[in-house]
Formats: sequence, C-alpha cells, structure tokens
Amino acid sequence: MNSARLQRAAVTAASSILAVGVALVISAIILLVTGKDPIKAFSTLFGAAGDTRVLQGMANRATPLMISAAAVAIGFKMNLFNIGVEGQMRVALLTTAVVGAAVDLPPVLHVTFCLIVAMVAGAAWSGIAGYLKVKRGVNEVISTIMLNFIALSLVAWAFDDFFRVESATESLLVKTEELPRSAWMPDLVDRRLNGMLIIAILVLVVFWVLIWKTKFGFRLRASGGNSGAARATGVNPKKMILISMLISGAFAGLVGMRALLGDVHAYQNNLAEQQGFNGIAVALLGRNHPLGIFFSAMLFGFLGEASGRLQLEDIPKEITVIMTGTIVLAVVIINEAVKRWDDRRIQRKAAATLEAERVAKDAVTA
Amino acid sequence: MTATLTDTTVKTGYWKSLSTARRTMIIWLGGLLVLSIVRIITDADDITSSGTISSTLRVATPILLAGLAGLWAERAGIVNIGIEGMMIVGTWCGGYGAWKYGSWAGIAMAIVAGCLVGLLHAVATVRFNVDHVVSGIAINTLAAGATEYLSIIFFKGQAGGGESQSPAGKGGYGEFDMPFLSGGPIGSWDTPDILSWFEKKNDWPLVPDLAGLARGLTSDLYLPTVVAVAIVPLSVWILWKTKFGLRLRSSGESPQAGESLGVNITRLRYQAMAVSGALAAFGGAYLSSVFTSTYRQGQTGGQGYIGLATTIFGNWQPWGVFRGALLFGFPTALKFRAEKNVPALLVVFAVALALLAVYMVWRKRSVIATGALAAAVCLVIAYNVIDQVPSEFVAATPYIVTVIVLAGARQQLRPPAHAGLPYRPGDSH
Repeated sequence: MNSARLQRAAVTAASSILAVGVALVISAIILLVTGKDPIKAFSTLFGAAGDTRVLQGMANRATPLMISAAAVAIGFKMNLFNIGVEGQMRVALLTTAVVGAAVDLPPVLHVTFCLIVAMVAGAAWSGIAGYLKVKRGVNEVISTIMLNFIALSLVAWAFDDFFRVESATESLLVKTEELPRSAWMPDLVDRRLNGMLIIAILVLVVFWVLIWKTKFGFRLRASGGNSGAARATGVNPKKMILISMLISGAFAGLVGMRALLGDVHAYQNNLAEQQGFNGIAVALLGRNHPLGIFFSAMLFGFLGEASGRLQLEDIPKEITVIMTGTIVLAVVIINEAVKRWDDRRIQRKAAATLEAERVAKDAVTA
Repeated sequence: MTATLTDTTVKTGYWKSLSTARRTMIIWLGGLLVLSIVRIITDADDITSSGTISSTLRVATPILLAGLAGLWAERAGIVNIGIEGMMIVGTWCGGYGAWKYGSWAGIAMAIVAGCLVGLLHAVATVRFNVDHVVSGIAINTLAAGATEYLSIIFFKGQAGGGESQSPAGKGGYGEFDMPFLSGGPIGSWDTPDILSWFEKKNDWPLVPDLAGLARGLTSDLYLPTVVAVAIVPLSVWILWKTKFGLRLRSSGESPQAGESLGVNITRLRYQAMAVSGALAAFGGAYLSSVFTSTYRQGQTGGQGYIGLATTIFGNWQPWGVFRGALLFGFPTALKFRAEKNVPALLVVFAVALALLAVYMVWRKRSVIATGALAAAVCLVIAYNVIDQVPSEFVAATPYIVTVIVLAGARQQLRPPAHAGLPYRPGDSH
C-alpha cells in the first residue's frame, strides 16, 4: 500500500471516529439538559464492554446490520440508493418461512436452501425497483420507499389471510408453521450468538471480492463514478443498474435470516423490524467499505446491547437511538467537510508543483 | 385516481382550449359522476355522504400538509425525505404543548420546532452539501429517537401519560358548521340545513352527491383544517405571483441562472426549508392535537411518506397536492365511516380503468387498452366475490397508485429540474 492510499485511509478512519466523538458530545449535552448525568451514562454504557455476554450480544445484533449495510453499500457503489432493504427483507422473511417449512431436506442442505430462497425472494422484490428504473426511468429512492410500504401491507395480508397458524403452544404470538429443526441455523454460543454471523462475514467478503477484485466490480464502480466514461468503454449502464439492484436485493433477503432461522424459526409480525433501515446508517458510517461496515455494525450492535444497562441507572435507553442518528448526520457532514479540505489540499499541492516547474523553466530559458 | 384518468381521457384540441378553472371543474364533476353512478349501482350510500367527505377532509389534512412540505422543499431544489421525521417532531410538540398550555400552543410549538428541524436539513444539504436523501434519513432516525427519549423524560409517570403517550391535551378547536348550507347557528338562531335535505334524495343521480360533497366540506369543520386548506391558495399565490416565489422556484429549476441574476440561493433554500419543516410539523401536530387529543409513539405511521407521494402525484402543484391528499385520504376515511362500503371502491377503480381502456383504444395503444380492460373485469369479479376488502390494501393504495403513476404517466409529471442535485454557490463561474 503506497503512502497516498494510507494517508487517505487514515483520514477516512479519523473522520469516522471524529463523528462518533461529536455524537457523544451532543448526547452528553442532551443528557445534561434533561437532568441526567452523562458521565454515569457513558461509564455504564462503555463499562459494559468488559462483559463477555454483552460482547456476544453485540456480535449477534451486528449480524443483520452487516448484511443490510452490504446491501445498501453495493447500491451506493453504483450511485443507487436502495432504501428498500426493509421491504425486500420482509418479503424474503415470509417467503422463506413458508417455503422452508413446506420442504423436507437433510440438515445442512435445508439451511442452504432457505438462504437461497431468501436471496431469490429479496432479489425479486428489488428487481421491481430495478426494472422501473431501467425501463421507465423511475427514481429508485421513491420507488423503493413506496415498495417498502407495499411489501409491508402485502406481507401482512398474506400472513393474516393464508399462512398464520393458531398454535396451542405457550406463546400468545401468532406465527406461521414452525420450520423443521433441519432448517435451524445453529448457535455459536448457545442462545447468545448465532451462526448467521459467519454468513454475514462471508457476505462482506463476497462484497469485497465482487466490487474490488472482479471485472464486474470495476465496471460497476466505473459506471457509478462516471457513467458517461463507462458507457464510452462499452459498459451498459442499464444492465449494471439492474444487476446491482438484484444483488442488493439478494443480500437484503438474508438480513432477516438470523431472526428467522436462528431465533424464532417461524414468521411473526414485527420480526426483524427496522433491521433493513438501520443498515443505511451502518453503511454510511462504514463508508461503504466491508471493513468499515464490519466495525460500524459492531459499534451499533454494542450500543443496542449495552443500552439495556442504562435503564438500571434510570437513564432512558433511547439516548442510544439519538446517538445513532447524530452519528449518521455527523459522519456525512464531516465527510463532506473533510473531502472539501482534502480537495483544496491536493489543489494547493498541484499548484505549488506547477509553480515550481514554471520557475525552473524560467530559470533555464533565462 | 379517477380525476387524473379523466384528465388524460379527454385531452383533445377542444380540451386544451378550455381555461384551467373550467377544466378543473369538469374533472371534479366527472369524478363525482363516476362515484354517483357507482353509488346507485352498488347501493353504497356512504361513499359520497357528507360524513365520509367530512372525515376525508380530516384524514387528508395531515397528508396535505406533508405534501405541501414536500412541494415547498422541492420547488426550492431540496429533496425532503425527512418529512416523516419533521411530522414526528410535530406530533410530539403538539401533544406536549396541548397538554401543558392548550391546543393552539401545541400547534405553535410544533411549527417552531418544525422550522428548526427544517433548518437542520438545510444546514446539512445547503451548507455542507450532504446528499439530500442521506440527511433526510438521518433526520427521521433522530426525530424518532429524540421523541421517544423526551416522552420518557416528560410523560412517564404523569396522569394519563406514559412512556409512549402524552397526557390528554387541554381545550379543543371548536367545530363549526356553515350557516344556511349545513345548519350552523348565527347567534342563537339555528339556520336551516339546506344541503342535508338534498343529500337525503338518495335515488337522484349526482344531486345528493354534490350536496354531500358540499356539506362535507362545510360541516364539522375544525379551524386548523380551514387554515391548512387555506395554505393551498396561499402557496399558489406566494410561489407563482410574488418575486420571492419566482426566485424560490428558480432555485429549484436552475440555481445557476438565479445566482447569475443576483438571487441569494443559499438564503432562499434556508427559508424554503423552514417553511417546509413548519408545514410538516403542523401536519404532525394536527394528528396529535386535532385529530386525536394525545401524542402516541408511531402516530404518523408513514404519513410523511404518503405526503411525499402526494407531492409527486400532485405534479408539484399546490392544487394537485390537495387533490392527491383527498384521493389518498378517501379510502381510509371510508374505512373508518362505513367499512361495508369499501368494496364499492373496486367498482370505482373498474370504471376508471374502463375509461382508460376506451381512451387507449382511441390512441391505438392496444396492449395498454387490453391490460386496463382485463384489470377492470378482474375488479368487477372481485367485487362480486368478496364481501370485504382487506384493510392492508386500503393502506397500500396510495403507494401502489404512486408507483403506477410514476411508471405509467411520467410524461405528464414535471418535477423541478434541479431538485436533489448537489449545488455549490459560485461553482458554475
């Protein structure tokens, strides 16, 4: 790695850390104004980092966030904004719960089959937005927002009218038929950390290889960066849009699988709620890079897991939601400011080099 | 839905020669005629009753305000995905203000807070050039978290309040009826309720529907509703008839051009976002202090996004937004009022699709015509088979309609040319 790239990576990391710092300061102010002790709050929150159980919970919570952030990030690389991860995830959840319970397969194969069904279902739903974008020129931000709500209604209706089972078990919650044991994703640490984490890390690796190590990824980044130039070199931007939307949807389909295959083993209302939306924040903080996403997901997972401890100190745990929102806003603002500063720095450097060349040339002619 | 379809149906040379006001009247009357015919065929008297119309107006008001919030922002060149968050702030402030100081104070507080949140979005997008969608999403997250946090601080443990709910607000807004038309009193004299008499003539075509519409719009009115509806012509006047409005629209169409003429684009965008935030928050406060009397967590339920859809559906025109808000509010209101009348809407859709099919035959677009006709037949069959429309479909209608309009009638839509694009003052020189 050359020094310019290293420098750039350092600047990126520093600006993300700065954003988290700014968010902490703002949350501290909010805590102070509302009569709570920020020092006690933060020491409770970060003191939890020493507890193994909290760390396991953190990784468990980070699992879906990593996947949904990867789904969002792959769109960003193509200059596409897939806000529809939540809806794609929801469609995939119900489809997988129903299809997975209907088939009978040996253990490993069954889980694999379920994951594939989820990816296909997610891709099918995101494909609608992709098709509308490519064929009808509909902005994907608007169409995915609308499709989120349509998915929500459609899934709620299908669940209520066709797939819910009134079970005689202890739970009052209405669910779909339970998946057979062969379709369960095993836990790494019993009831604390699910094996889906490995799939999530695999998704990040696939994402990295796909975008930075393949010809397809190069084309994708090229058409995201400068579509005119990409088209001139023979890349079909419409095809790239459709493909990246489909891959994004396929990832989105996997987001809810920790909750479905690893935890509840059946579909129920509000299952894995918000996990698709939260991926957007994680992708932004992680700057659309797999490593960044990994750490951001862990941070958000940690905030979610440790927030429960605040309740004991009579501090509303919702302060961590405020923190999350502030982090996102701070990170995008700081990124822009840093980018502008960096541009100016490079411009100044170039100007200085040019000036030096001119002086040297003048000296020669003289 | 019907109104836009009729709009595209009769687009001939003659149609173009008519004035806007006359065209609008024909569209509304056409839509009402369809409803009237369906009412007589299906015996669903409630689809044009004054009660339903009045309830539609109430359901539509927050959507209208959210749609206008989107319109003000996008006309100035800023995409506002944060409407939902601004509405959430509005619901909270509305609930808090109404509980502490009385109903109007709630709305006032919401408007102030909405301005501030709007300005926050402006700082991020104008000053720091952050992607508009990203900033909007951050605002939505922040608003949800902040209101949940504040509810625990202020409402928990209060009589009638809780972790996710405010105590009931003080004072109402007073409902009133228009004298003579809807039997409102003048002093101590109860004027005759003329429209009500016409409305009861159920077997007449069109007359009871017109009377129902008029009575619905003039009875059981809340003052905030009147204010909200008045903002529609006010927006038209400000945006299209004043110097300020011309400059604001130039910021949305071509900021470089505006800038080269000496317009301060940055300041205009701040002003537009303050208005946008205030409108959205007013819509939120309407939900928590007029439509109901308490703030509840999650009360907005995506109405900010319906508002965004309304901005698009209304073609970035205030009266278009008004029309869209009524159309999107109608199914929900009908569901509240008379659930058994909801299936009649299927027939309304079927008639609308049949009209579209006729138009498409005339335009020699056989594929679309066949599709529309097939869909119409399916809807009629569905009407005869089912006895209840699942409520999920009623909820999803605005979103489905928006996707269809975006996909099918894009040529008729004209968004501000520069909405959502990055812009730095002085960049073009």
